[in-house]
Amino acid sequence: MEIIDYFLYSKEHEWVSLEDGIATIGISEYAQAALGDITFIELPSIDDEIDQFEQIASVESVKAASDIFSPMSGKIVDINGSLENDPGLINKSCYEKGWIIKIEISEKDEKSNLMTAEEYRNFLNSVR
Amino acid sequence: MKPYIANTVKDIKDMLQAIGVATIDDLFKDIQPQQRPSSFNLPEGQSEFEVIQFFREIADHNRTHLIPFIGGGFYDHYIPAPVFSLISRGELSTAYTPYQPECSQGTLQALYEYQSLMCALTGMEVSNASLYDGGTALYEATMMALRITKRKKVLMDGGVSPIYRKIIQSYTRNLNYEFIQTPVVHGHSDRDAIQKLIDEDTAAIILQNPNFFGTIDDHSDIVNMAHAKGVLVIQSVYPIALGLVKTPGEMGVDIVTGEGQSLGLPLNFGGPYLGFMTTKKKYVRKMPGRVVGKTVDQSARRCFVNTLQTREQHIRREKATSNICTNVALCAVQSSIFMSLLGKEGLKQLAQLNLDKAEYCRQLLEGIKGVEVKRSSPTFNEFTIRLPSDSNRICEEMIEEGFAPGIPLDRYYPDTANYMLVAVTEKRTRTEIEQYVSLLKHIIEKQK
Amino acid sequence: MELIFEKSVAGRRGYLLPKTDVPVSASIPEQFQRKRDCPFPEVTELDVVRHFTRLSHLNYSVDTHFYPLGSCTMKYNPKFTEQVAAMPQFCEVHPILPQLKNGELLTQGALFVLYEMDKLLSEITGMDAFTMQPLAGAHGELTGVMIMAAYHKAQKNKKKYIIVPDAAHGTNPATAAIAGYETISVKSNATGVIDIDQLKQCINDDVAGLMLTCPNTHGIFNMDIDKITKMVHDVDGLMYYDGANLNAILGRCRPGDIGFDIVHVNLHKTFATPHGGGGPGSGPVGVCEKLAPYLPISRICKRDNDTYFLNYDYPQSIGYIASFYGNFGIVLRAYAYILQLGKEGLMAISDHSVLNANYLREQLKKYYHLPYDRICMHECVFSAVEQAQRGVHAIDIAKFLIDHDLHPPTVYFPLTVKEALMIEPTESESKETLDLFVDKMIQADELSRSNPASFHDRPKTTCISRPDEVKAAREINTNYFAEEKPDD
Repeated sequence: MEIIDYFLYSKEHEWVSLEDGIATIGISEYAQAALGDITFIELPSIDDEIDQFEQIASVESVKAASDIFSPMSGKIVDINGSLENDPGLINKSCYEKGWIIKIEISEKDEKSNLMTAEEYRNFLNSVR
Repeated sequence: MKPYIANTVKDIKDMLQAIGVATIDDLFKDIQPQQRPSSFNLPEGQSEFEVIQFFREIADHNRTHLIPFIGGGFYDHYIPAPVFSLISRGELSTAYTPYQPECSQGTLQALYEYQSLMCALTGMEVSNASLYDGGTALYEATMMALRITKRKKVLMDGGVSPIYRKIIQSYTRNLNYEFIQTPVVHGHSDRDAIQKLIDEDTAAIILQNPNFFGTIDDHSDIVNMAHAKGVLVIQSVYPIALGLVKTPGEMGVDIVTGEGQSLGLPLNFGGPYLGFMTTKKKYVRKMPGRVVGKTVDQSARRCFVNTLQTREQHIRREKATSNICTNVALCAVQSSIFMSLLGKEGLKQLAQLNLDKAEYCRQLLEGIKGVEVKRSSPTFNEFTIRLPSDSNRICEEMIEEGFAPGIPLDRYYPDTANYMLVAVTEKRTRTEIEQYVSLLKHIIEKQK
Repeated sequence: MELIFEKSVAGRRGYLLPKTDVPVSASIPEQFQRKRDCPFPEVTELDVVRHFTRLSHLNYSVDTHFYPLGSCTMKYNPKFTEQVAAMPQFCEVHPILPQLKNGELLTQGALFVLYEMDKLLSEITGMDAFTMQPLAGAHGELTGVMIMAAYHKAQKNKKKYIIVPDAAHGTNPATAAIAGYETISVKSNATGVIDIDQLKQCINDDVAGLMLTCPNTHGIFNMDIDKITKMVHDVDGLMYYDGANLNAILGRCRPGDIGFDIVHVNLHKTFATPHGGGGPGSGPVGVCEKLAPYLPISRICKRDNDTYFLNYDYPQSIGYIASFYGNFGIVLRAYAYILQLGKEGLMAISDHSVLNANYLREQLKKYYHLPYDRICMHECVFSAVEQAQRGVHAIDIAKFLIDHDLHPPTVYFPLTVKEALMIEPTESESKETLDLFVDKMIQADELSRSNPASFHDRPKTTCISRPDEVKAAREINTNYFAEEKPDD
């Protein structure tokens, strides 16, 4: 199961990549595999203000629907519009082309509520 | 032996032995003595013959010989013979919801065709595979609009069936929504009132065409007014009228619902009926109820499946778009058979016949002194008349003479004691219409 | 198979309408006219008959196949009830007739049927009054929860939550939510019933009620039911009985006697009306005496002179929940079924449905994991976890059964059991049929050891192989006529 080393992870299987105060957010390899072929994603709007662990999107496969929560607080500055026509990008490339939103983070300290790659790997081993 | 049970005494013995218990009673040990029925006082069973005889007798207590001029959203149309013979096929009627698509293609394709026919009829892009009835379908549409817009206020045109309005009222009584009724002027939706009331807090406006008084309208202007404020337009329609009348699709309506009883279903004393819903493609994921979609199998052959199930209760549970599970699949297929038999020309001709017969009746009624026929707006096969005295009494006398003459309106609208709603379908012959009119004339003259 | 639209040839007609016999030809003003003709297919009557007959051949159904779909009660639907429902004096009655002045006298037969069913269902379930209005099981649930809400409002109770076990049908939480309640889900314990300790923690003054299927979807009758009822009643909560599994307990136990306050009955399950490929159903709701004032209007009452009438005089009623009096045609069929079977016949239903289910359970438990290994009621839930380890999942077993002319059990429900196979044989099936089913299930297990890969292209005998459901959900196409034009 691929886990990117320098990303942070939440217990709900979202990942965060931080760069210059901008957090790019998506779902992990584990999450996309558990969902199966993703058929639809409902995305939030740019400029929405969100709190840490607030629902930001929902994804659907044929037999399941699942909510996605923001691992950090901030303002949404970009959404991955290409997912609307091709939600399968999340399956094909969950850490790159399948990113979901970018937010301008407001609380840097929230990082401490998230897991490092190492911690997430252990977390996955414990839930499996 | 008991009816419809195959197990013989030997079977029971063998099966109990296999299970390892002595008696059938042993299988019910989890139900403790204090939980046993305090009574189970039911009649003895009877043979099929006896039960049929009993129902023959009971059935005669319904007086169905009356010649009906009664509608109110539920109409006496002719149903061609193949509708019943096909719908009686056990392969269609005794199947369940098509959870296993490979052995349910019959139901699935029939429902896909049904959805397509309803889209064609209403001029909309997507349809679900049916809801319970016209009233609950309108309630579901209302909830759908509230969900889409996330607003709390709904305008409801006074011309929407009062039966449906009461249903919506019951369901929403404990929810935090505001409903405002808009008036009807000269039979039509009151544009000025709507313009004043519609605002950016409004989720939807609910309209009906033809409305409860039988009046045909073109709601295009209301659609424009609504869309300018981000308000959705819901229209309840009478499917047979759509053979001639401007479709909700042509008006730009967002969600269409209606009662499909007139599409090949008997009146059935109120059910089973057919609630339908069509909408724009962009709202398909917010739509309640089952939806059949086209796809391919592993050999790239066209086939059909229940799709978008993530909206539904068995997956989303408390977050579902509706709690609906069982719909009225067989009624939907029944209507498809009816619509297929009718065809493109048949639909137009059926609508034209209804229009002509109603118009003939209306003209004759205008000739009775003391009867006022509302002429301010066009109607389809139903219209309102004003009688010189209480319509309930006149109605009672007409029934005595073998006619169900219409629906007195005061049941639904205050201060309409002398008004009656008259429906004339293609089944009413010229003779019946003429007899009806002359009987009414006679009763009115006698009263003077 | 071709779609009916693909058989259309301009000029063909399936049904000829009568010529007009009135001397007027009316028209609708142009502004109000439909602009484009409605593209209904142009086909002959034979085209239609052959099309739908051939479509019907693509279905498995109770009339053609063993259909042990758990929680759906796919029993035999007697044909004579169709004859009763088709009597013109029943099916041609306009529902507004009894609402006219003295109009009830025109429909005494139909009102009698509704009145009698109220009494019969009350006796069968131990309730005090019924409404026939709910049009399906889930509609009955909504009616029931609305009655709950009306009761609490009248008691000035402030209630927020409805408790639902995790093994419940999805309709339970969905209903609670649309009726304005929040749901609390309580887990099942190791014996397959609601966990009493966890339930205790969830019970408080804000609980409006608890929705329970009993026996539950694991096919187990909850032996703690008396305790649960007391806990809920102690906070003035109401007990809701989901009647989906009533087939198991006819004459053996009545929800009313064990403390349930509201009950819905699925006439299309227990009382043998055809499922119709997914409806029409009928979900009458019964209540105990203190809740009767809240039942929907109209109610059917009897006068001293033995005539029946529609009574609207219930100021505390939740109001109108359907256009008329329910799915009368379905109620009529169920009434005919009850009259034919009578007391002994109804009790035999439960006896034999429970016997058949236990026989299957016993025969199959050597081959499939049985999460709750105990006597069951009318259905039992197996898990294909062991087969799944060999790469053969519940869905694969389902497709194998289809290839052997058997409708599969319910799969992946209840959600509490992994790889669930939920089997409800019903009382209608013979031992030979059950044995055949057992044989095929054993074969499937053997094949999961010898050749697991052989499952994956099944079914092979049906008109189609497994459909691409991902494509269906991604490229939504629900309307033939939308194909001609690209998406908007």
